[in-house]
Amino acid sequence: MSAIAPGHHVAQPSREPPPSLIAGPLAWMRTNLFNSWLSTAVTLALGYLVLRMGTSFIQWAFIHAVWTVPMGANGTLDPAACRAAQGVGACWAVIWDKYRFILFGRYPYDQQWRAAIVVVLFIGLFVVSGMRRFWRKELVLIWIGTLTVIGVLMWGGVLGLTYVGQDIWGGLPITLILSTFGLAVAFPLAVLVALGRRSTTMPAVRMLCVLYIELIRGVPLISLLFMASVMFPLFMPEGLNPDKLLRAQVAIILFAGAYLAEVVRAGLQGLPKGQYEAADAIGLGYWRKMGLVILPQALRLVIPPLVNTFIGFFKDTSLVLIIGIFDLLTSGKVAVAEPIWQAYSTEVYIVLALIYFAFCFSMSRYSRGLEREFGKSVRR
Amino acid sequence: MSQSVTGEAPAILLDKVNKWFGVLHVLRDVSMTVAQKEKVVVCGPSGSGKSTLIRCINRLETHQEGRIVVDGTELTDDTRSLDTIRREVGMVFQSFNLFPHLTILENCTLAPIWVRKIPKAEAEELAMSFLTRVKIPEQAKKYPGQLSGGQQQRVAIARALCMRPKIMLFDEPTSALDPEMIKEVLDTMIGLAEDGMTMVCVTHEMGFARQVADRVVFMDRGEIVESGTPAEMFENPQTDRLQLFLSQILRGH
Repeated sequence: MSAIAPGHHVAQPSREPPPSLIAGPLAWMRTNLFNSWLSTAVTLALGYLVLRMGTSFIQWAFIHAVWTVPMGANGTLDPAACRAAQGVGACWAVIWDKYRFILFGRYPYDQQWRAAIVVVLFIGLFVVSGMRRFWRKELVLIWIGTLTVIGVLMWGGVLGLTYVGQDIWGGLPITLILSTFGLAVAFPLAVLVALGRRSTTMPAVRMLCVLYIELIRGVPLISLLFMASVMFPLFMPEGLNPDKLLRAQVAIILFAGAYLAEVVRAGLQGLPKGQYEAADAIGLGYWRKMGLVILPQALRLVIPPLVNTFIGFFKDTSLVLIIGIFDLLTSGKVAVAEPIWQAYSTEVYIVLALIYFAFCFSMSRYSRGLEREFGKSVRR
Repeated sequence: MSQSVTGEAPAILLDKVNKWFGVLHVLRDVSMTVAQKEKVVVCGPSGSGKSTLIRCINRLETHQEGRIVVDGTELTDDTRSLDTIRREVGMVFQSFNLFPHLTILENCTLAPIWVRKIPKAEAEELAMSFLTRVKIPEQAKKYPGQLSGGQQQRVAIARALCMRPKIMLFDEPTSALDPEMIKEVLDTMIGLAEDGMTMVCVTHEMGFARQVADRVVFMDRGEIVESGTPAEMFENPQTDRLQLFLSQILRGH
């Protein structure tokens, strides 16, 4: 570097730091919130609104809230304190009184510990399945084992547990059963349907898959649930009438399957043709090509829309309310039907929303982490 | 034109092969024989059908008329014969087509393990020996996205070799590479040719053709216009079309 010819220009490193280095909360606020008189006005107006609503919510939910109410003379709770605070403070006493009904519905009160264990088992199953170091063949066994234990706990009738028919199951276990079985069955179904729809060698299969997807996507889930609960029994032979919960489960599976199939198909189409050709050229057969090369990439590509659909269906299971299945939302609704608590449905719905949010938000965070992890290895 | 070097059965035989894409006639009565251990370079202007021709040999494209026999097995709709042929024929693509979700080593062991049913340890040993041969054993644990184009293409060659093919097909292997990386890939291919691999190579690298090809085939508009040794073809082109093509190629280089 010692002998640079005259006229040979060497760029000097710039002294100015790049603009992104001018950081800090104040600088951020200046560029994003107060960069013109209009945005300053909008910021101030919205800030005022948020502050007002925030403080009145905090006052309602915490400061003026009634947390417990005393036992009345006739052996039931006396919501007089809540009535006094109505419109000013929340009545969380309804939750303390009703939380077991909200969580477990009409499941026999003295047996609800079984339903509680089931909820814990489901959550444990999700956590274990989420950890990559458990992504082995043994995971299938873990699922089969856990689901068997869940079945035994819910139904009972063996091991000294009293039998509980599924017509009186309810609450969070029903929501978890419908969504877990729904997605666990719908997802493999969706992969097969997506592959079928892309088949070039079997036009009949392709037609069938297109027909299935379009038919199911063409009707709302509610009408499918009505069909499952009202119309379906009419067509079934006498004596062969599967239970209402099972019928709703099948409807959810079919519905979720059609939607997920389209998401998976998008992933299949997003892969360059060269990946298919390279897999063909090294002699992998159809199923190995799909299983080892195409699907692992295609599914990673569609993690965001896939999780989006998962979250959607977790919440959509609440639609079984309209055919009288006792899921989390239904049991919350029934809980506030009781005369003394009728005025406090808001409190119950807030708690229900928090439960749904906890599950959906975990799914969302998990998928973000998964994307980041996969992004590391597949950065092109 | 279809002389066999040693007199044994040809590695590849094409007999009056015709193919259409819709109404576009992309291969017209193409007949050609590739002897065992012969190195054939296919060249021609873009759209001449040379890539389609080579892709018909391992049935990435299907031909509609004529016969293609590879290593004694005729290409038909029968999937069993197709599996056999794809095991024996390796292919290297213009765009590498490595599997981005697998490491370099996994890319190389995938087919040996799942198609040839070789135990994993043995397949890895084999893969490492081929990666050493293409001079990148130290990249084995990396992912394709972390390698340069030239390195990726050498991995692609190693991946094909791991199936121990009798025939290697190259579809413009250097066309997607930056100029400084072309040589490392060509050197790998030259090494392969020196070891006696049967090769069919679509390329515009005339230096490579001169150095390794036993025969150059010139295609234009879906048909084989001229073929012969590199010396005959380059020094004494018989047809106007080849003359025009050569002048364009040379001007480009």
